[in-house]
Amino acid sequence: MKVGIVVFPGSNCDRDVYHVLNEVLGISSQYVWHTDTSIDNYDALILPGGFSYGDRLRAGVIAAQSPILEEIKKKAEKGLPILGICNGFQILVEAGLLPGALVKNTSLQFSCKWLKIEVLNVNTPFTNLFKLNDQINIPIAHGEGRYVVDKDQLKHLYKNNQIVFKYKDGNPNGSTEMIAAICNEDGNVMGLMPHPERATESILIPNETNSNARLIFLSLENFLSNLVRN
Amino acid sequence: MLTREEERYLVKKLGRRPNLLETDMIDAEWSEHCSYKSSRKYIRLLPSNGKRVIVGPGYDAGVLDLGDNHVLTVHIESHNHPSAVEPHGGAATGVGGVIRDIISMGTRPIALLNALRFSALDEDNAASKSKWLFKNVVKGIADYGNCIGIPTVGGDIEFDNSFKDYCLVDVAAIGLGKRDEIISNHADEGDLIILAGNPTGKDGIRGASFASKLLDEEDRSAVQIPDPFLEKLLIEATIEAVKSNCISAIKDLGGGGLSCCLSELSHLVRKGFEIELSSVHTKVTGLSPNEIMISESQERMIYIINKQKLSTFTKIFDKYGITYSIIGKVHGQDNLSILFHGNAIADISCNLMVNAPLNNRKSKRPEYLKTIKKKIGLEKISDYNKILLRMLSNPNIGNKNWVYQQYDHEVGLRTIIKPGSNASVIKINDNKFVSMKLDGNSKHCYLDPYYGTMGCLSEACRNVICTGAEPIGILDHLQFGSPENPEIFSTFKDSIDAIIDFCNHMKIPVVGGKVSFYNETTNSPIKPSPVIGTIGLIKERSHITTNIPVIGDTLFMLGQTYEELGGSEYFDSYVHTKHGKVPKVDLEIDKKNDLSVLRIIQKGLADCVHDCSKGGIGTALAELAISSKLGLNVDLKKIPNNCSRHDYLLFSESQSRFIIGTREPEKVKKTLSSKNCTFSEIGKINVSNILNLNYSGKKIINLSIGDLIYSYNRINQIMDGN
Repeated sequence: MKVGIVVFPGSNCDRDVYHVLNEVLGISSQYVWHTDTSIDNYDALILPGGFSYGDRLRAGVIAAQSPILEEIKKKAEKGLPILGICNGFQILVEAGLLPGALVKNTSLQFSCKWLKIEVLNVNTPFTNLFKLNDQINIPIAHGEGRYVVDKDQLKHLYKNNQIVFKYKDGNPNGSTEMIAAICNEDGNVMGLMPHPERATESILIPNETNSNARLIFLSLENFLSNLVRN
Repeated sequence: MLTREEERYLVKKLGRRPNLLETDMIDAEWSEHCSYKSSRKYIRLLPSNGKRVIVGPGYDAGVLDLGDNHVLTVHIESHNHPSAVEPHGGAATGVGGVIRDIISMGTRPIALLNALRFSALDEDNAASKSKWLFKNVVKGIADYGNCIGIPTVGGDIEFDNSFKDYCLVDVAAIGLGKRDEIISNHADEGDLIILAGNPTGKDGIRGASFASKLLDEEDRSAVQIPDPFLEKLLIEATIEAVKSNCISAIKDLGGGGLSCCLSELSHLVRKGFEIELSSVHTKVTGLSPNEIMISESQERMIYIINKQKLSTFTKIFDKYGITYSIIGKVHGQDNLSILFHGNAIADISCNLMVNAPLNNRKSKRPEYLKTIKKKIGLEKISDYNKILLRMLSNPNIGNKNWVYQQYDHEVGLRTIIKPGSNASVIKINDNKFVSMKLDGNSKHCYLDPYYGTMGCLSEACRNVICTGAEPIGILDHLQFGSPENPEIFSTFKDSIDAIIDFCNHMKIPVVGGKVSFYNETTNSPIKPSPVIGTIGLIKERSHITTNIPVIGDTLFMLGQTYEELGGSEYFDSYVHTKHGKVPKVDLEIDKKNDLSVLRIIQKGLADCVHDCSKGGIGTALAELAISSKLGLNVDLKKIPNNCSRHDYLLFSESQSRFIIGTREPEKVKKTLSSKNCTFSEIGKINVSNILNLNYSGKKIINLSIGDLIYSYNRINQIMDGN
């Protein structure tokens, strides 16, 4: 089992995700530089957070035009699990792999803080170890994290159970329906604004409360090992 | 501009008149900003040796040994003039500059801190400019630091009207590396000199000279333009090149641009350079050699590499899409020879360039100090609740979350104690942690430059000790008005004396620093504003301590409270007086209390430790209630003190005081008694949601935590209007 961490110029959470997967959770992962043409060797891909291309024009929009995204789209269609965190979520939306858009926070300010999110869909490769309505302590850190989507698409998201996480106890950025994470119709591509890699080691969590954010990565490991077994 | 004496000296040393380019180069390098010509004699006196010091204060970052082949690099810089003119760009490029000092050592930047100074935010005309500066400085730091993925983990913010129409923006950075990978900065004849990063343009021309006089005109062209994305690429490429062992020397381009960078680097590696300016990649065509030499375009670095390593180097820089040009080579002599299209256009000895003739500044004790009264007459106070809420709502004391939430303080997975606590704690590995804090107090330093400065040192060390860390290094950033004013220069010398006395007594070395003069507008000079950074080392995870008490904790007060309210927030913002006695530091007691607290923490006896300084005991106790959302019951009479009034006891800012929360009161008592400390048990933490401070039974303060929090969050209301 091997996870690829896709690195663009300006990605800045790539090393954090690598550390958590390899050194904390023991899930083997490797960096994939954005000009690498072959991504055949990976069982899942993670697009980490950061400011790819300095967030010029709009967060994620330039990385979304990068040739590696064409390869990623092909893999997505074949059902490869793909997780976009923060800037990775923005890239997936800009690339059309996920519906809706991520725009500036209503405060017009970057916001870095710890909050709670709630699990609404436990049938994805990233949430299969959660119970419905589980709550997670996790930090956000973004300036363009307000998820917006039109009414029809929103209906569609609800109908297909594509809303995976919602913010709990207050809307930090003005997202439609407090949406923190969505997946595609097949559930194999998920984007989420909060940073699970920052909430995996208990020492980093305020008051050292228990970390269940790590279940996002462990769910992926669980999903992939079940694939092997079947 | 060079003075007549400097010109005469230059002509004598050169044996001829310098041409225009040489004059521009010397003008930048001999500016106060680059040459330290007024201060060098004094900063040389700072104690900078210690068993952990690998590289002391110098051109770039200081290097501290953390053991196990880990080294920490630290540096502090300011960007005051540019930020006062263009706050977003000025602050952002300030962050960029200090980061490049860290990567110049071959280490990866892992944390940023900042100390910011503005005029008061109160609702009058001057406040709107102050708010504009505050808002945009914070946004500039956030936009830059967040983009490059380095967490901004803490800092210090002060508001005072001596910063009217002005601001101070100090940024400190910490880097982490391997001892055997630190760049040794050497060069051999024939080595290549490569300029990489941003193309050179017309931005920031004469920035160093601009920062070396008082701010009387808003010269926007002297302010540089930030590009954090390029900086991020430079960090990654440099670290990769360092790991590939292909770099002999690195230096960043800052004040004075290429000119200062080349002369300082040449001096550092003790070799001369031959530079062809037409090889420099530029933003626009037709830049004159003078403009190329002194432009302060940001995100540029100089690398010296051996010819054989060129292909390794270019492969890495090509991967990141960074533009570079080979602009010259190292030669055997000591001079910097500059060519333009093959024609020699400047030739100066580096030794001459980096050794500006030093100034002998006059100093004279300021007249105003003679008029300060030690005692003032004050009416009796009837409502202490009201005063405490006013104190908490003072932006100098209140919650700074409005600021810290705009900074990504989590990226890098190292931030254990987040911003807004005593000091920030970052993880080096599972058994090693670094604590850091910046502190300053211009109100104290104005009334008593010597003890004010010593108080900043004492407070910064105390904050780091509260987290369980032993101080291992000091950064000093000395910010004053014009050194040509003997009264101001005298306050600078007092500050230096305080640092020398404190660091010698505590045996903590100064590992980096900076002097910034000419911090004045046409209104007035700023108050003396040294900012002190303390770096501490925590050797075990279990020693990490917060300021959050738990239910049932017994509270101890360590240290004596004197009637020392000169420059206190209470006297300044509530009583509105600039008189009174500034807190003194008794070095023996300060050291004893620091060591005793460390002992208590290391024995595992402390649930929480909190520093007691700005705003005094009253606000420190309120902060315990706010951080834990628990109630406190404290008898003020038990606090060791010599105060004649309750308000003095509550708000005196005496140094060397700690509040300790423990579940082991007997053991704490025993430890403190054995060290002969002045201390007492003052109260307990409970579940009541009420801050209850009485004086042997008589109610003095009785406030709900909700009320405390509301007042404490006033900066949010001021800045967001909600």
